[in-house]
Amino acid sequence: MNFLPLWRYQNQLIDGAIVTLELTVISALAGLVIGIAGAVALNGRITSLRWLVRGYIELFRNTPSLIQIFIVFFVLPNFGLKLPALEAAAVALSLYFGAYSVEIIRAGLDSIPRSQVEAGQCLGLSGWQVFRHIILPPALRNAYPAVTSQFVLLLLGTSLASQVATDELFHVAGFIESRTYRSFEVYAVICAVYFAMAMSFKALFAIIGLAAFRWPRRR
Amino acid sequence: MRSFSLIDFVSLFAALRWTVALVVLALLFGAPLALGLALGRISRFASLRWAMAACIQVIQSVPLLGLLFFFYFGMPVFLGIQVPALVAVTVAYTLYTAAFLGEIWRGGLEAVKQAQWEAGACLGLSAWQQFRHIIAPQALRLSLPPTVGFLVQLIKGTSLASILGFVELARAGQVVSAATFQPLLTYALVAAIYFALCLPLTLWSRSLEARLDGSR
Repeated sequence: MNFLPLWRYQNQLIDGAIVTLELTVISALAGLVIGIAGAVALNGRITSLRWLVRGYIELFRNTPSLIQIFIVFFVLPNFGLKLPALEAAAVALSLYFGAYSVEIIRAGLDSIPRSQVEAGQCLGLSGWQVFRHIILPPALRNAYPAVTSQFVLLLLGTSLASQVATDELFHVAGFIESRTYRSFEVYAVICAVYFAMAMSFKALFAIIGLAAFRWPRRR
Repeated sequence: MRSFSLIDFVSLFAALRWTVALVVLALLFGAPLALGLALGRISRFASLRWAMAACIQVIQSVPLLGLLFFFYFGMPVFLGIQVPALVAVTVAYTLYTAAFLGEIWRGGLEAVKQAQWEAGACLGLSAWQQFRHIIAPQALRLSLPPTVGFLVQLIKGTSLASILGFVELARAGQVVSAATFQPLLTYALVAAIYFALCLPLTLWSRSLEARLDGSR
């Protein structure tokens, strides 16, 4: 075991980690937009749209993320949509994250008892006010833990983008391995970097959660 | 280049047995370990609780792909001998399964009220008997839906073994796709097979959850 040959590659590691973070944040934001839109559609009145969203959720939650990335990268070019690796991975991961987000956000919204909405209406609040002051705060609090743990899973899942040669952290590992032939050491270091990033995000989310949701808890 | 034929179709289904084998191996070794982790997490000894929590935290904070590579290249380093790839991959999936199932089952165990253990103790049951006859049946019912849900994650996760060259479903898809130049047909078929495996489990998990909710 010898970790010294890896020392020269720290810049590549940092660059890879940055691409991983970019991919994670972009996919998470796009996925959340999909999630919110999907949750609205699921609670809406248009039956066909509800079925469409349901189909989307089941399709993306019951097939491997790796295959989804392959399909976006290798199959879409057949239809004239040729995306570079990073963009293809971002699209696939956004759709994957979005499918989980829809369910999380819908569950958060559904967790508000109907009677609270009615209580708000009785107080003469407008539809927007009811949503903003009565539904949104507790829905956010209920959805927060699930969204953040899904975010960390997404961060770890971006490693799959290496399989279509996105220059993210795991792909950098393959590059360093091919230069140094120190396979075990490289992947040990890469695992440590992912671990550090995942733990940092967990700590950050815990602090934000404590600060943002301070009002009295039920129980 | 050749066209997509029956033989490609058959080879995809033949590769499915490796997907199933990996899932079975992961559960076979991972489930007992998960039970150990879950029991450790609710043990009386704080140091044991912390140690188990740390193990789970580490495994859950590393990509599954990273675990696979770590053990694939690491096993010979740790043991000093070459091991078959299947052993290394099985170790990685076992730990992955143990960490996630362990956490799910801990949740189930903790959801059963402390008073139930005490009631068992009052009846003169030993700690094991309390667990076996009072706590475990209730905890099992509570944790079954997420356990089945995790099974879906595990099935999808076995697709990563393709990256280490295992000819399971995802890898067979790559091979067929490269041979036939029909990525659309091949990957759609691969996705459909995974979907057909996972959807029934997802639906089962959901119906279990709904049933559980109704019985409260």
